[in-house]
Amino acid sequence: MLALFEKFRKGRFSHGIHPRYHKDATRGKAIQRLAFPPRLIVPVAQHIGAPAKPVVNVGQEVLRGQIIAEADGFMSVPVHAPATGVVSSIGLMPSAAGPKVLSIVIDVYKASSQYVLYGNPVEPETLDHDELIQRVQATGMAGLGGAAFPSHVKLRIPHGKTAHTLVVNGCECEPYLTCDHRVMLEQPQDLLQGIRYALHITGAKRAIVGIEDNKADAATAIKAALKPDDPITVKLVETKYPQGAEKMLLKSLLGVEVPAGGLPIDIGIVVNNVGTLAQLGKLLPKGEGLIERVVTVTGTNVAKAGNYLMPIGTPVRFILEQLGITADHEKVILGGPMMGMSLPSLDVPITKGTSGLLVFQERTFIGEQGETVFPCIKCSRCVDACPMHLNPAQMGWLAGKRHYAEMESDFHLNSCFECGCCSFVCPSNIPLVQYFRIAKAVNREQKGKA
Amino acid sequence: MSKKHIVLHTAPHVKKPQDVPTIMRNVVYALLPIVAFAVYQFGISVLALVIVTTLACLGTERFFNWMGNKPSSLSDWSSTISGILLALTLPPGFPLWMAAVAGIAGIAIGKAVFGGIGYNVFNPALVGRAFVQAAFPVAITTWTPAFFTGRFSEFVPSSLTAPFMMPPETAEWVKQVAVDGFTGATPLSLHKFQHISTAPFDLYTGMVAGSAGETSALLILVCGLYLVIRKMMNWQIPAWIFVGVVATSGVLYLINPEKFADPVFMLFSGGLMLGAMFMASDMVGSPLTPKGVMIYGLLIGFLTVLIRQFGSLSEGIMYAILLGNAMTPLIDTWTQPRLFGARRKSA
Repeated sequence: MLALFEKFRKGRFSHGIHPRYHKDATRGKAIQRLAFPPRLIVPVAQHIGAPAKPVVNVGQEVLRGQIIAEADGFMSVPVHAPATGVVSSIGLMPSAAGPKVLSIVIDVYKASSQYVLYGNPVEPETLDHDELIQRVQATGMAGLGGAAFPSHVKLRIPHGKTAHTLVVNGCECEPYLTCDHRVMLEQPQDLLQGIRYALHITGAKRAIVGIEDNKADAATAIKAALKPDDPITVKLVETKYPQGAEKMLLKSLLGVEVPAGGLPIDIGIVVNNVGTLAQLGKLLPKGEGLIERVVTVTGTNVAKAGNYLMPIGTPVRFILEQLGITADHEKVILGGPMMGMSLPSLDVPITKGTSGLLVFQERTFIGEQGETVFPCIKCSRCVDACPMHLNPAQMGWLAGKRHYAEMESDFHLNSCFECGCCSFVCPSNIPLVQYFRIAKAVNREQKGKA
Repeated sequence: MSKKHIVLHTAPHVKKPQDVPTIMRNVVYALLPIVAFAVYQFGISVLALVIVTTLACLGTERFFNWMGNKPSSLSDWSSTISGILLALTLPPGFPLWMAAVAGIAGIAIGKAVFGGIGYNVFNPALVGRAFVQAAFPVAITTWTPAFFTGRFSEFVPSSLTAPFMMPPETAEWVKQVAVDGFTGATPLSLHKFQHISTAPFDLYTGMVAGSAGETSALLILVCGLYLVIRKMMNWQIPAWIFVGVVATSGVLYLINPEKFADPVFMLFSGGLMLGAMFMASDMVGSPLTPKGVMIYGLLIGFLTVLIRQFGSLSEGIMYAILLGNAMTPLIDTWTQPRLFGARRKSA
């Protein structure tokens, strides 16, 4: 059946939007290492799931790569020291989302060579499935694409299910971001190694790398690095937001729809991000932990825009200072402009899921419109944009009346993955996706009470 | 670094730079050539008509803003559109005071009572026209010859009728100014009541009698195309109406070509083009999904032909659109989009 679909597939998903991508400022910039900051703020919950448990004390010296917080159960990953230094405090620190979170603050030694001493080398090919899953968990890997879902959970095939295909997500559909693009261009060997491990772990027969067609050079680089017997293919898909959403990507690549409310594994597919697998390819054989990542730093009037390799926990303020970004009245965003978070404070650190740091002067960013909200004129643009084929207009009216339960029961509110297409296109400036986030939170709370 | 403040905002942080006033303003731009042609064709009477209806609509809108203690909504341009569209659907020599009544009624009954822009069920311009159609049945079917001499220096006598008075008989005046053979009838009524057909070329280009802005089908198409290209109009709505009209009238024509008009005539005569391009496509009164739009368009096309051929009126697009507007909420509930990944109904 799948083969039949593939024959007739169109290589695209329906709906979605075409924002301006603004990737030219950084797509040609090779990955550079940023200086080590004097102080790192390392939250213990950088992933979805149970926060890690700190295993170091204040005043304790930590070495780069050492575990400083342990995984708390299966739905959790450990946290490693991103730099050699001394733990100066363990306590609540500001986070991008707003509420303060438990973080380990490390004062970095200035004169340290920052050599990674910790490691537990292994040949992944010799391990069985369960051991590999443990090894992946030990790297502290969480999806680097933004959602930060623990990678070992994603790679573990639930009982009674089998994976036939591994899909590698190289879409990077968010405007401005180019870190995955650079990783694909510069580290195709690491990426392919990671894909081979993931194939081994999941037992999938083949892997497909899906890349948006505005990054054809990345596809070429990966193809050039392929070994003849690799069951890996590279495919270009349409450049359209949110192509990188896994359900949209599977539709584009394979012509299949993940059942509503289900996961890709329900139809035998495992999806992983390119950045995640490239890191895994590098870390797994060495038995090291995830301590740094590539972040795209760009925006308006950012002279030194580029892709920077930096330790996890680097504070935003330090990055801005290093790159000489000083203008007033700015909006600072972690992640992409469609789904990223604008920061309440500059003392927020880069975490495992941070793919971009965007700095904007408010006016040039939002466009020429004011923030006047007009009534819905039923133009149907949101209906035509929603990749999940929801009815944002109708849900917007219901949200205005606070009929949150009805949104869930009659209009599939929980299928919304908050890509923001509806708010992007709305000519009435109605904050649709923002409404839906509130509605979901209220519904969750109501259920918790019941 | 010195930082005065940081702006907090929830995602998405980017926005398509096209808001409601931009769209509405462009609709006004698209209507201006049609207005210009109508003025060229029928003279200063039409110019006065457009000004009067637009002012009536804007004034009424503002009045209801004031009544509801709300900020002025004139800058969203939607009432300007209603005013211009209303004028374009009226006969060129329509008494100005009646036109003002139509504008006031359209905005008051058609829009303001529902809560203003976005909340109206019906197209306000058509509500206004329907109101005066019922109130002044004679005046609204009194036509003026196109291109009469002196049209830029004098009003059609009926235009300047004193408020609350009935317009004078224009038959004498028409005889004076008319091009030979003007019978005071539109191509549709000629066909319906006298079985005379009009040359197709005259129909396409608008060299016929009719409402102020409905005569040149080609010009209306071009202006509509501008909005389609700028993605400010859903082209599927007029397209489905055309399909509905051609299909319905085609079947009738095949059954009895003597009695029923051919599809091309149906397509290019009367207010169909103006109604399909600029009134049925009004976003507020039309369905949300492509499937809904199909039902809506076909229904309007079907009803238009039905009214034209079997009703007592020679024109049917207005009531067809109003009925389509009324059906829209129902159509929307029938045609909810299919959730991505939802199981298809087993065939």
